[in-house]
Amino acid sequence: MILPALLFFIVFSYIPMVGVYYAFTNFSFDGGLFGSPFVGMQNFKFLFESGALYNLTKNTVLYNLAFIFVGNLLQLICAVFLSEMAGKWFKKTTQSIMFLPFFISFVLVGAFVYNLFNFETGSVNALLRGLGLQPYDFYLHTAPWKYIIVFFNVWKGLGYGTVIYLAAIMGISDEYHEAAKIDGANIFKRIRYITIPLLRPTFVLLILLSLGGILKGQFDLFWQIVGNNGMLYDATDIIDTYVYRSLAINFDIGMGTAAGLFQSFFGFVLVVTVNWIVRKVQKDYALF
Amino acid sequence: MGYIVISVLALLCLLPFWLIISGSFSAEDDIIRDGFRLVPNHFSIDAYKAVFSNPMQIIQAYEVTVGLTLTGTILGLFFTSMAGYVLSRKDFKYRDKLAFFIYFTTLFSGGLIPWYILIVNYLDWKDSYLALLVPALMSAWNIILMKNFMKSIPDSIVESAKIDGAGEFTIYWKLILPLSTPGLATIGLFLGLSYWNDWFSANVFITTESKYPLQFLLYKILASAAVLKTDIAGNLGADFKAPAETLKMAVAIVVTGPIIFLYPFVQRYFVKGLTIGAVKG
Repeated sequence: MILPALLFFIVFSYIPMVGVYYAFTNFSFDGGLFGSPFVGMQNFKFLFESGALYNLTKNTVLYNLAFIFVGNLLQLICAVFLSEMAGKWFKKTTQSIMFLPFFISFVLVGAFVYNLFNFETGSVNALLRGLGLQPYDFYLHTAPWKYIIVFFNVWKGLGYGTVIYLAAIMGISDEYHEAAKIDGANIFKRIRYITIPLLRPTFVLLILLSLGGILKGQFDLFWQIVGNNGMLYDATDIIDTYVYRSLAINFDIGMGTAAGLFQSFFGFVLVVTVNWIVRKVQKDYALF
Repeated sequence: MGYIVISVLALLCLLPFWLIISGSFSAEDDIIRDGFRLVPNHFSIDAYKAVFSNPMQIIQAYEVTVGLTLTGTILGLFFTSMAGYVLSRKDFKYRDKLAFFIYFTTLFSGGLIPWYILIVNYLDWKDSYLALLVPALMSAWNIILMKNFMKSIPDSIVESAKIDGAGEFTIYWKLILPLSTPGLATIGLFLGLSYWNDWFSANVFITTESKYPLQFLLYKILASAAVLKTDIAGNLGADFKAPAETLKMAVAIVVTGPIIFLYPFVQRYFVKGLTIGAVKG
């Protein structure tokens, strides 16, 4: 009964692993897998020396760090606030609203960005013009995109993460709060001295686990928000968008595979390291 | 203070949706002159008129997406739960080895390009629905999640069924599946959502316009690479010009519609499933 799954992973995961051989070739479509000339480490060398690899890795890592920390922190804050709220109706409504972005496609997120920041008709520029200020062409400047991308990523995952933290908060025994109430602790004190410290392990572990995937990008997010805008590469190009461009636009198969292999390989090393750390901290939470 | 923070965040979550809705009901001239606003200067349903004047293309995309979502979710659930069931059985000898075989794929992968070349050159699925359906059927995470759900079902149920002479598949189908509904619901939602929202596989694999799923059609229209085929001159009179900007927003609404209406109902199962998963670790 497990056969379909095994076949599936052999075909779609293990066979493509053989394909990392493209990374060591000067790929030609006529030659195929083993017909293309072998060039050794040349693709990697070029990626490294052109500075592309450095910039891609830097962007990927920094964006992910921002996603992880800003995202988790906000989710935690929301969960703590929501768990202390008395009004059932308010709690339910706001939680539902915050979950809404999780359900929509990144294409629609792309529509939002277009709607907000488009030079001629975007709402932000409409507002600026309305206030008598100069409109700002977002698509010509790299600076704002860091914040826009981080905002939309955090925005999309807020409801989902809040649910996870809420579940952890629900797991905290009521007895702690009851005891503290008897001792005269107010709501802020209880949050400060009970909820937060008891959530710290969950918080730390969720962060550690996501650190393992720090080289993996959110292709959908970046592509739908920025697209293939060469003006913004410095600030918005991540490994995933580079690999996609190599495949679909530049047809630079060898180079793209090399970047992908770099990502996979160091991602793998990272996960193993992080797992080793998690194992030291809290054995039950280790992935393997 | 908590109320204020939560209210502001909730409003920020709604704002983009509101802007799109408002944009879709605005008059095209207003948008071109003043840009998108929170409240339309002149209320207009021209954009929707244009979308529905010749809805064939959107209906076609709806058919593709609904078909893919239904088939993908059902098949995916079937295969995922079977694999999860096998891995959850403690008396299965190769359990750990196979679990690692599947888990390893989340640690290391060949990357996008070898995967693409496999599907296009070796499986020959370019421009085929199979390319949209099959690669997304299963994921290691879903199988692991399923396995964890099923682990909580007591072994004694399997054993007693065995004594009664039930085969493995019967046990899975008649006993384990009905007991795993929360897990099935959660993973079914994950699968359904990913099929419904998928634009990427269509972007790399599909070339025929009539095979576009909804989200990819929207992407194309937003990117102005395609114009929605609306037979405006014939249906709405000669002086009616296609409202390009508001039309984009109207298409976004039409394409997203069902998710927005379904999500309050679906969300409950999601929260339940996630909560069970999170507490179990």
